[in-house]
Amino acid sequence: MDVNSSQGRMAAYMRDHQDKVVGRWTELVLAGLRGRTSAPEVRHELDDLYSLVLRAMSGADEQALGELRAALAELSRSRARNGFSPSETALGVFALKDAVYELVADAAELVPEYLAFSRMMDDLGLLTFETYAAAREQIIADQAASMLELSTPVIRLWEGIIAVPLVGTLDSARTQLVMEKLLETLVATGADHAVLDITGVPTVDTEVAQHLLKTVSAARLLGAECIVSGIRPQVAQTIVSLGIEFGDIATKATLADALAHALSRTGQRVEKADPA
Amino acid sequence: MERVPISKIGTTLFVSIQIDLQDESVMRLQEDLADVLVATGARGVIIDITAMEVVDSFTGRMLAMIGSISRLFDAETVLVGMRPAVAITLTELGLSLRGLRTALNAEKGLELLNGRA
Repeated sequence: MDVNSSQGRMAAYMRDHQDKVVGRWTELVLAGLRGRTSAPEVRHELDDLYSLVLRAMSGADEQALGELRAALAELSRSRARNGFSPSETALGVFALKDAVYELVADAAELVPEYLAFSRMMDDLGLLTFETYAAAREQIIADQAASMLELSTPVIRLWEGIIAVPLVGTLDSARTQLVMEKLLETLVATGADHAVLDITGVPTVDTEVAQHLLKTVSAARLLGAECIVSGIRPQVAQTIVSLGIEFGDIATKATLADALAHALSRTGQRVEKADPA
Repeated sequence: MERVPISKIGTTLFVSIQIDLQDESVMRLQEDLADVLVATGARGVIIDITAMEVVDSFTGRMLAMIGSISRLFDAETVLVGMRPAVAITLTELGLSLRGLRTALNAEKGLELLNGRA
């Protein structure tokens, strides 16, 4: 059997019943999306897709299939970005199979054509799933990058004193970024004291301590003294039981203590104003 | 071989390294500095490495050694003007230059020396 001509017959049949099929298709998709998209919007999307499907099936022009795939990919990407689930996304394609099946159920002579059509829809369904997964991966990668950016602010606490509040796990990539930003800020502000606050670091093991020590010794090479603050009681216990030595690096319980220490080291004092 | 000039300002020797040091130049600097320290009786040495984009492990060790030599003549050495990238490299190499004082720039280095005097 010539696939192209059978596809053509199917396309012609589907074109004759376009309104009915697209109507049913819209219903099925809307039921699946549970009211997160308006009916006219879905109808409009599906109308476009349907005509592309017909053009691709009739085999009249070769670009149609490419256009159809591009349109589906775009649709899956926007679904992925708007937080739809993968099955809700793939449903958009598979629902057309159901809609057409209901139509063909009355016309027994079209069953082989329907099977070919069904194969094509399965391929397209896989494509939407693949695009969906790729789009989600991209979103995750973007978020990881922006988290890395967000999580390393360097704050100027006082004239000559800067602070780095560390939040989250301190791995090699984070350490590298923190170190670079800290050193750049030291050069830019001419600060000679830096406070590394680890209140937001959930656990301190030997690796994290190693990274902290590295950051401190890099800052020392630029002539800045570092103070590690925000050591919680449990963290202190872990540090001692692991036998981690902070050597001659000043450690303080809170950021306030560290600031007071840095101020006294630079010969400054903060006191209450005289009640006037 | 290029030589690094050593200038005396008051009781401080000022060494500004403007070239990417060859191993020989560093060793020569070490010798020259020891001679000048003996001749002048200077109390402090400031080594400015602002212009250095590359500091390898040998140069790092030699700089630390210069610090130890100066201390024998009762002179304090301050390394100033290290670039962030150089600091990161030295840390990764495991060279923390203990025994050598560091400051952000020449001005702060001078303050450090004067504060001790």
